[in-house]
Amino acid sequence: MNQRIVITGMGWVTPLGHDLETVWAALLSGASGVETTRHFDATTFPTRFSAPVKDYDHNDYVKHPELHVGVGLNTSFALGAAAQAWAQAGLNGYDGLDPARLGIYLGSGEGSLDFENYVASNLAGWDAESRRVDGAKWAAQAKQSLQALVEIEQEPNMPLTHLALEFGAEGPAYNCLTACAASTQAIGEATEVLRRGDADVMITGGAHTMIHPLGVTGFNRLTALSNRNDDPLTASRPFSADRDGFVMGEGSGIIILETLEHATKRGAAPLAEVAGYGSTADAYRITDIHPDGRGGAGAMRQALDAAGLKPTDVDYISAHGTGTKENDSIETKAIKAVFCPDGDTAAAPPVSSIKSMMGHLIAAAGVCEAIVCALAIRDNKLPPTSNYGTPDPVCDLDYIPNEARDVGAAGGSVEVCLSNSFGFGGQNDTIILRRV
Amino acid sequence: MITGVGPVCGLGLGIGDVWRGLLERESALGPVRAFDASTMDSTIAAEVPEFKMRDFVPKSYRKQTKVMARDIEIAVAAAHLAGLDAGLSTHGYDADAEPSYDPTRVGCHIGAGLIAAELDELTLALNESRKPDGSFDIHHWGAEGMRNLTPLWLLKYLPNMLACHVTIIHDVQGPSNTITCAEASGGLSFGESLRVIQRGAADLCFCGGAESKVNPMTFYRQVLTGRLTKRNNTPADAVRPFDQDADGTAVGEGGGILTLEAAETYEQRGGTGGYARVLGFGASQSVNRETRSLEPTADGRGPMLAIQAALREARIDADQIDAVFPFGCGHPAYDQAEAAALRAVLGERLDHVPVYSAKPLIGNCSAGASAIDLCLAAHILKTQTLPPHANRDMPLPGLGASDPEKLDHVLVFTTGFGGQNTAVVLGKA
Repeated sequence: MNQRIVITGMGWVTPLGHDLETVWAALLSGASGVETTRHFDATTFPTRFSAPVKDYDHNDYVKHPELHVGVGLNTSFALGAAAQAWAQAGLNGYDGLDPARLGIYLGSGEGSLDFENYVASNLAGWDAESRRVDGAKWAAQAKQSLQALVEIEQEPNMPLTHLALEFGAEGPAYNCLTACAASTQAIGEATEVLRRGDADVMITGGAHTMIHPLGVTGFNRLTALSNRNDDPLTASRPFSADRDGFVMGEGSGIIILETLEHATKRGAAPLAEVAGYGSTADAYRITDIHPDGRGGAGAMRQALDAAGLKPTDVDYISAHGTGTKENDSIETKAIKAVFCPDGDTAAAPPVSSIKSMMGHLIAAAGVCEAIVCALAIRDNKLPPTSNYGTPDPVCDLDYIPNEARDVGAAGGSVEVCLSNSFGFGGQNDTIILRRV
Repeated sequence: MITGVGPVCGLGLGIGDVWRGLLERESALGPVRAFDASTMDSTIAAEVPEFKMRDFVPKSYRKQTKVMARDIEIAVAAAHLAGLDAGLSTHGYDADAEPSYDPTRVGCHIGAGLIAAELDELTLALNESRKPDGSFDIHHWGAEGMRNLTPLWLLKYLPNMLACHVTIIHDVQGPSNTITCAEASGGLSFGESLRVIQRGAADLCFCGGAESKVNPMTFYRQVLTGRLTKRNNTPADAVRPFDQDADGTAVGEGGGILTLEAAETYEQRGGTGGYARVLGFGASQSVNRETRSLEPTADGRGPMLAIQAALREARIDADQIDAVFPFGCGHPAYDQAEAAALRAVLGERLDHVPVYSAKPLIGNCSAGASAIDLCLAAHILKTQTLPPHANRDMPLPGLGASDPEKLDHVLVFTTGFGGQNTAVVLGKA
């Protein structure tokens, strides 16, 4: 049971680029992936900007493009990220894997609706008199416009199914969709699958896009998005007093996990260890986080316990840090509950949110933040919270404002990182990464 | 231990009604009632009978039922029934009573599907944003139209809201997860609860899955998969798992929640009996490059791997299996793969082991399907009775057995759309 679980490969497709080093360099330089929304005409929406993936084609990455014709963007992103991770793990051409012991645990979101044709069907079906959609009229339009492949590829297990097809994975296969916590939860659960010995290698992470009309509509109605249309590049302002919501991003991060024993045996270099995982439910409200941050604090404590670490062992916290009023203040409170028992904020490690730069990748956010933690450990560098301006009295930790921190150059090192992900409905997940 | 079951499907809400329907071979399949499906290639479904949400939530939570999609309603009702069945005390039943468990020691794992927006609600809003020619005006929508949707609209449709409502109602503060792997969702969620309890992260979990596809969009997606039976005119005879006349499955609506408890804490709270012991769990993935895994391979390798893993953990031989609850959806490619998997694992014993499917009566309940199967399998272990087969007049070779010699061990497995498979071995309590 006490097997050490290590990362041997990582890849991502993000608003800041599609390879490990480019994105990492962009994050350290405080770059922004935000631009005017182009996925659809958002010119009159309350939020008119987003952080999209740019100039990307999964066919540049996969070996079996014929298996993936017509996939959704979420699956497309997952394929590219997974191919990078697979290559870094040294699994290209490696024939020592038993397919039945290669598993997948993703936290991926659903595919995007075929919005135009979907709306056209709904409007064609509308019966003004009964104020209902008439099924026969709806179907008449749907039969003309909706395509089987496009519809089937929206099922939330499709990224998982396509990764299994690409890599021939026949082991335990899961997709969890716990809103913004999904891919952190997936990594945590994937480590548990390995610890039990139910697989030798797990492909884990997530992929998602909600940059589509109903996705933005949904979050706009919840007033969760930033409306800073006059300054999109600095709109994502986690922990600043003037934060006004998150910025929608999209993309994927994929990690290859295996036991240290398995990695060592096949000569793969471990990049970091996933040392602990915690998961809790707020059991409070579907709309709000528990005001004490009890669920978030509980997840962090569980993860520390599982890793056998003390709060003082943690060198960096990759925050959920969405840039909404509620999340950032309550996450701060939860961190302080765990790390500052005596009320001394200096006892907490530095905290930052890469969502300030790449936006919020929703289900895929957590895995990208986990990758950042692994890179922070590798390079002894911490990415900043970009766009940090006016301090908020209820957000009073060290958020690494605007400038990356070169811990190594200052004679220190980054040994242990903790990453939080919280989802709508009170879903809290924390993982801890440690140097191997 | 499985200590409570809450199946919800076309035959009713709760194990009493559902079981009665199975024994009487009552079919819940009929023309779709939720909307006019008469012009689609499939026109039948097994819909959950009407019920009132206020019967399944505390008074203080009634307002929240307005933000529940149908899938969420089914899950919340099923969880309520399962907890009652298990004799649990939670805040969901009585806010003043001492709960059976410390809330931080309770988990929740509920499988879900791609929840469809209610088209009447969404289109009422969309309809306000039309151009003069009647087509959709996204400019008007962005500027004004979207305000016709309730602010919480999105939260009705997030898949994790099934589990979130259940955690809030019953004050569940331990690990919680939402698996979205089509028909394997319920089985995988059950497996997650099992693992959480095994590793000591919780003592009690609510687990299972639920889904409703009787919405024009989600129903039509099922039509587009090409998996549905063409026998719209004879719904009661339409779905024929492991019968030589099988031509496809049918849409079912429903789900099931089970309460899974550590045997030790179950006894400590005074529990006696229970439904079944959970002996083993396995999960696997089918890789079928011909169908992009929308169908399993004919040799049934995917489900076979899951079944073998579950048997390994259970430490029992294949010839100790007394009955099987397969996915058994009535689609020939799935039936054939499952028959092949069972033959590979059970060998000659398959000829003597009943392989039971309720799908002819309740349809394929998607994310709820395997959870319902688990509820039923637990119940047959408790009652030591197996319902009669439905619609299996000309069984495939080896799939004709109907009378179990005994009922000590039952295998439950699922072959999901997209290739995820699960298997569970249950033993008599």
